[in-house]
Amino acid sequence: MLDANPRPTLPNAAGIGYKARHFAELTADPGPVGWLEIHAENYMGDGGRPIAQLKALADRFPVSVHGVGLSIGGEGALDRYHLLRLRKLCDWLQPASFSEHLAWSTHDTGYLNDLLPLPYTEATLTRVARHIDEVQDALGRRMLLENPSSYLAFAESDRSEPEFLAEIARRTGCGLLLDVNNVFISATNLGFEPRAYIDAFPLDAVGEIHLGGHDEDEDDQGRPLLIDSHGRAVVDPVWALYEYTIGKSGPRPTLIEWDNDVPDFPTLRAEAARAAAILEGVPA
Amino acid sequence: MTQDAFATALLDATTPHPASLLNPFGGPAAKRFDVYRNNVAVSLTEALETGFPVLVKLLGSEFFRAMAGVFLRAHPPEDPRLMFYGRRLPGFLADFAPVKHLPYLPDIAKLELGLRQSYHAADTTPLDLTGLDPAAVLDLRPRMAPASLVVRSSYPIFDIWWANTKGQGQKVGHSAQTVLITRPGYDPAPHLLPIGGFDFARTLKGRVTLSEAMATTLAREPGADVASLLTLFVQTSALTLTPEPTT
Repeated sequence: MLDANPRPTLPNAAGIGYKARHFAELTADPGPVGWLEIHAENYMGDGGRPIAQLKALADRFPVSVHGVGLSIGGEGALDRYHLLRLRKLCDWLQPASFSEHLAWSTHDTGYLNDLLPLPYTEATLTRVARHIDEVQDALGRRMLLENPSSYLAFAESDRSEPEFLAEIARRTGCGLLLDVNNVFISATNLGFEPRAYIDAFPLDAVGEIHLGGHDEDEDDQGRPLLIDSHGRAVVDPVWALYEYTIGKSGPRPTLIEWDNDVPDFPTLRAEAARAAAILEGVPA
Repeated sequence: MTQDAFATALLDATTPHPASLLNPFGGPAAKRFDVYRNNVAVSLTEALETGFPVLVKLLGSEFFRAMAGVFLRAHPPEDPRLMFYGRRLPGFLADFAPVKHLPYLPDIAKLELGLRQSYHAADTTPLDLTGLDPAAVLDLRPRMAPASLVVRSSYPIFDIWWANTKGQGQKVGHSAQTVLITRPGYDPAPHLLPIGGFDFARTLKGRVTLSEAMATTLAREPGADVASLLTLFVQTSALTLTPEPTT
């Protein structure tokens, strides 16, 4: 368990996932964009343009480092070299936040580049909590853990995802990153009520919210199967679930995630403006 | 369910998914598991397409994707830094029977890997000879900048690269070519190295003086124009006096 973090935190404003192609427009006129999120793994080179741009951006915006490759849910040990790379990045950048996923992605065979699912059991809980302790010790900071998007269920799961995440936060002192789009996707794919999930979620632990777009497909029996693609605008039911969530939690730093088929900057800025308008309507 | 079983089924479409993965509505979960299979294959294929644009042109998109599907299953990334994914592609291509008739492909892959390595390499100040006395220049001990590297080939890889990026339809020769990659500022660029260039670059790795490097190069390649080589290396920002980090 770590002590309260003395570093600056993310503002309760709208942020965007940073894309290099937006550098010039973003720095010329960020509009409602109050902070940026980067994928840690894209900034693990030794130098060159990515690092130079990140240094320039960090002078102007609070930055959230979002890891996608640490495999916190992996059955094996955490990759110590990857943890060292994360520490190096956090040490020089001093980001306002560090977050990772409740998922696994690395196996003996290598890195699989997807956020793979976990059964919610005591064994998983013990392992994930141990890995989060390691991460928080190595980075010397509190981290946020993000809820996944789910496409299937596990026979061995014996507790709900909000229960699982609440217990992880209680045991490790970590915060949570609530991806509202992921809640909507999982609710559709697994057949639960999204507002009931939010009602059961430990909102006090939420340090950041994600909003993103998803694709629509069908399963073997023709039921809707939503895919977490981050490749389009946030849909209205997800905006509604977001309003419901921050109506209960109060305002939280809110990120627009758009990683594939990346739009022009004005489109992204308009999504951020919509989130900012909702945030401003919520009493702190 | 173990992650072992999950990972095996993920990479091998002939293996059924683990039985404890359920469709929560009952019934088959195959299409649901396929979301993960698809994410892995598509995202890694896209990473390879981004990293090897000239190979995509040479092989055609459809063939490249099929080849990538075989490669990514044999050699998934060794770590999560996808910007370095594909280091095993040159060796894979050398043994990949369907491209045996294109023996220059592994060296093109090395060239594209080199450009990416250069892009992410550490920043240093390029050697600048402005205002220096010529005698003093010869006593300098520069090193190859971290963003500089050499790819030697038995094939005209510079011509092939150029014809598929800058000079559409340009004629490709038949001679062996050695390429120097450097990064003035933030954008790496390849340069065709004349005779002796490979030896000059290799000699400079030994932290010798420029006069020693030129003498060694001449001893190995009597036909080398070492003054022109020095000019080329300086003008392309290949060299630096910035010390290597101690860590």
